[in-house]
This record gives sequence, structure tokens and C-alpha cells, in this order.
Amino acid sequence: MTRISSDQVKHVANLARLQLSEEETESFRNQLEAMITFAEQLNELDTDGVEPTSHVLDMKNVMREDVAKQGLPQAEVMKNAPDHQDGYIKVPPIMTED
Amino acid sequence: MSLFDDGVKALQEKLHRKEISVSDLVSYSFKRISEVDDKVQAFLTLDEEKALQKAKELDAKLTAGETRGMLFGMPIGVKDNIVTQGLRTTCASKILDNFDPIYDATVVNKLHSAETVTVGKLNMDEFAMGSSNENSGFKPVRNPWNIDHVPGGSSGGSAASVAAGEVLFSLGSDTGGSIRQPASFCGVVGLKPTYGRVSRFGLVAFASSLDQIGPITRNVEDNAYLLQAIAGIDPMDSTSANIEVPNFSEALTGDVKGLRIAVPKEYLGEGVTEEVRASVLKSLSILEKLGATWEEVSLPHSKYALAAYYLLSSSEASANLARFDGVRYGYRTENPENLLELYKKTRAEGFGDEVKRRIMLGTFALSSGYYDAYYKKAQKVRTLIKQDFEQVFENYDVIIGPTTPTPAFKLGEKVDDPLTMYANDILTIPVNLAGVPGISVPCGLSNDGLPLGLQIIGKHFDESTIYRVAHAFEQETDHHKQKPVL
Repeated sequence: MTRISSDQVKHVANLARLQLSEEETESFRNQLEAMITFAEQLNELDTDGVEPTSHVLDMKNVMREDVAKQGLPQAEVMKNAPDHQDGYIKVPPIMTED
Repeated sequence: MSLFDDGVKALQEKLHRKEISVSDLVSYSFKRISEVDDKVQAFLTLDEEKALQKAKELDAKLTAGETRGMLFGMPIGVKDNIVTQGLRTTCASKILDNFDPIYDATVVNKLHSAETVTVGKLNMDEFAMGSSNENSGFKPVRNPWNIDHVPGGSSGGSAASVAAGEVLFSLGSDTGGSIRQPASFCGVVGLKPTYGRVSRFGLVAFASSLDQIGPITRNVEDNAYLLQAIAGIDPMDSTSANIEVPNFSEALTGDVKGLRIAVPKEYLGEGVTEEVRASVLKSLSILEKLGATWEEVSLPHSKYALAAYYLLSSSEASANLARFDGVRYGYRTENPENLLELYKKTRAEGFGDEVKRRIMLGTFALSSGYYDAYYKKAQKVRTLIKQDFEQVFENYDVIIGPTTPTPAFKLGEKVDDPLTMYANDILTIPVNLAGVPGISVPCGLSNDGLPLGLQIIGKHFDESTIYRVAHAFEQETDHHKQKPVL
């Protein structure tokens, strides 16, 4: 039974900003389906009233003093940027004509 | 014989008596790498010139009689997901092929303070996702005991380099078993500290609620020294815990009299091979002889850990890996038409299959309409798994079982079947979900001559008891003295 459609896979890939070929879409469809089916064994457990755990330590809202500190030097930060000019990182057009 | 057959303590004495120099140790490391790393493929980047220079500087300090710490001059390898200023850091991913970090991780700063010498960066599964090192974007690491077999993962380079005697010790990271499983497969000692014990500032994040950095060494004592050097709260990591760091080596007394050991029946059940089971039972009888007692217990939700883990870790990964977009650093696709295409093509070309698979699963589990059914459900199951451990630890000091259900498998054996591959981590994953510490120590060899590992799990922030048990066990056996022939 097909539980996850190709369109769903394409939707998820778009959310994840991953370009997939048709072949990859089909392969991921199969794999996602297998993993989701595997994950559904969790439904055997009654978790009504169980608090979710997002973090195992009993700590929250760790604050620090709001003090300005020297950041990293701009030239250093730019060192790994694929394309930059005048202290700005360059990217292609965000909007296209259509 | 290897120079590194001596532990840290003996090497410090040799340095003190001027029998060897730091330069000898560091040169030895590079010589060994040049001899065997073609086969083992544990290293991605070497830092030979700087390391030899640092060794000279340390030797000058030695001559001047300056005070030195326990790890002074010791050659170390660092997993390639821990950033090192000016030393290429790739996470074994094509997307970070030429990434040159502009700061050091906190653990790396601490190693500088301890005056170790970083030899190079260690191969791994891409972004720490994998159990065999076959997911490295560059080359697979091989098991020094038999190069047809995998070293485990994701810290495969970290474990294999120590087993092969290329470095004295190394740092790895563990999200679902990535230190303990390769330590087990390679016959070395690997500890995943308590969540929060070691700062993750500068560790490239995979699953932030699970990741921990930890030491991989040739014996338990060295492991305690290395953890000592890297542990403690860090203002740069708000998840590092404000809890006092004890002197771990004080726990190495050899005394386990009256220690209460829990052995979960789920850890000796289905999927665990007979020789693995036998090696654990034999190890327990050794600890019994030393005055410990053991009883069978149950961690009833263990079988659900794997599914919960893959949903949670993949969800967190899908968010963490959003930063690799070809804009500020790393690989960028050529001639994209617009920004959206830049993102999509960069990530399609830069990430390997396993990373894409997990990003897809994580994005799905977090997406609108599925969040409650998958992600939140897994978080609730995590609570049940954590409670299993809490209940057992009310009556026992440690939990013991195998680290892995089988010894190291062959390269290529599981690579096409993600779910079978994932099942390899079934005994290590619950430990990460609960956030407790766990160690793997060598406990024998399989019929095929491959190492087996004993896993010792402790209470939150009680690495000391783990070390006490592991050390007492080690002193009674010579498994850790057996070395692969390369």
C-alpha cells in the first residue's frame, strides 16, 4: 500500500530545500514509507498524560549578562564565504521576473 | 611494541626522566600514520608542520623545568566535526570540503591549555550520521583488526586511529552510540559523558538534545584524564551543566565490593549473538569475584528507543543542517538562477544520501499535520525511556550489558538497508535518550578475532562510578592489552 505519495515527497523536499531527481523522489518515497511504518510502532504505547521530554537536564532559561563584546573580525568571517564584496556576502537574485 | 602501549602516566614519567621527548612522541605518531593510514583511512587532515613546531616548544618547556599537566605533550586526534581554528574541518562532508574555521571549539581550547598536541582531524560518517563510517563523504575508515570490516561509526576514525596506534587518544562525539559503538568494534575504551558534562561549543550540531563529546583511549585511566581536561561548564554552551567536576582518577581504586549491578534482560535478548552474550556473562562473573553483585532487571521501553531516536535525531538534524545553504561558508553550486535554486542545488550536490535521508525524515516529522503524531509522540516515549533508567537507578549503581549486539560487520554488508544498519545502535541509543553516561571497554574477542565491548552505564553525572567499575574490570583482564596487527 502506498502511504506516502510522490507529491508529498516533493513537498517535504521543497521544505528541506533539497533538489531531488525523479529517481531520487521515488527512492526517498520508499525509504520514508519504510521508516514511517517502523516509527509507527510507537503507537503501541499509551502516552496519554505523559509529558514530552525535549531536554534531559532540569534547567531552563539560562541567561547571561547583556554585555556587548567584541565580535569576530569581518575579514575573518568573510574568509569562508563563497562570494562577497565590500564586506557583504553576495547571492544571486532573490526574486525572478516570473 | 608501540610507544603508545604506555599510558599517559608512564609517558609522563618517561618525559620527566628525559628518556623521550615530546618531539619523539609526535614524530612517532606521524611515522605510524604514514605506515598504516593508507589501510585504515582514519585521518582526513594532518597538521604535521604545526604539530612538530608545538612539540619543539613543549620540549623547551620541559628542558626549562616548567610545571606540566597530566596530558602535557600527548599526541591527540580530533573528530572532524569539532572546529579547529585554521585547521580544515569538514564533518566528512563535501559541503564543508574547504571549510577553514575561524575559532576553536571549547574542548580544543581546553586541549591547548592541557598542552596536548593535535596531530590531525579524524574521519567520520558525514555529519556523524552512521554506524559504519561508510557514509564518509571522502573515504571509508577500516577496522584495524580486519580491514574488510567496518570500524563502527560515526566516530570510526577516532576509534580506529587509537586502535591502530596512530595517536595516543582522540576525541569523538556520541549522539546515539557514535563513541561507544566504534570503541567496541575497535577494541578501545570510549566514554559518552552525561549530557551537559562537556561543552559542545564548536561541535557541529547533529541532534542538539543528544550530542556529547567524549574521550576514546587505550585504557580506562587515560580516559579519566582526558575527560578531566575537557569537562565543565562553559558560558558559550548554555546546555553545559553547572555541576562540579570531580577528580575522576580518584575513582580508580579497583574496589567494587558491594556494588549493585543491573543487567537489563532486553540487552541480552533478541539479536544479540551468543558469543556477545557469553562475553558479558563472563565479565559479570569477574566483577562478582571482585565483590559486586548483579541481578536481572527490565528496561521495558527499550524496544521503542530506536524509533523514537530516529524521529527525534532526524528532526533536530533537519533544523540544525539548515545552516548549510551555500551562502556564508562551504560549498556553493555553480551558476544558480536565483536564491532558491542556490539553496536546493547546493544542498543536493553537497550532502550525501544518508544525510539527505535524515533531513527528509526529520522535515516530514516536523511538518504541519504530522508533528503531533511523530515528533511529539517520540518525545513522550523518550520520557518513558528516561523513567525506565531512573527506576533502575533507584536500586542499582550501574547498568551493564553489551555495547553492540554483534562484533564489527563487513564493509558493504548493511549499507543498502538503513533500518538494519540503525538496529546496530539499539543498545547504545537509550543511553543518549536518557542523557546518562556510558562507557565501552574491551571484554574479549569474537571467534573471528574481532573485539567485543562491555557497556557500563551510570547515573547522571556519575562518570566516577563508571570509571571505578571499568577500571576494576580492566585490571582483572588483559583484553585492553591485545592489539591488532596491521
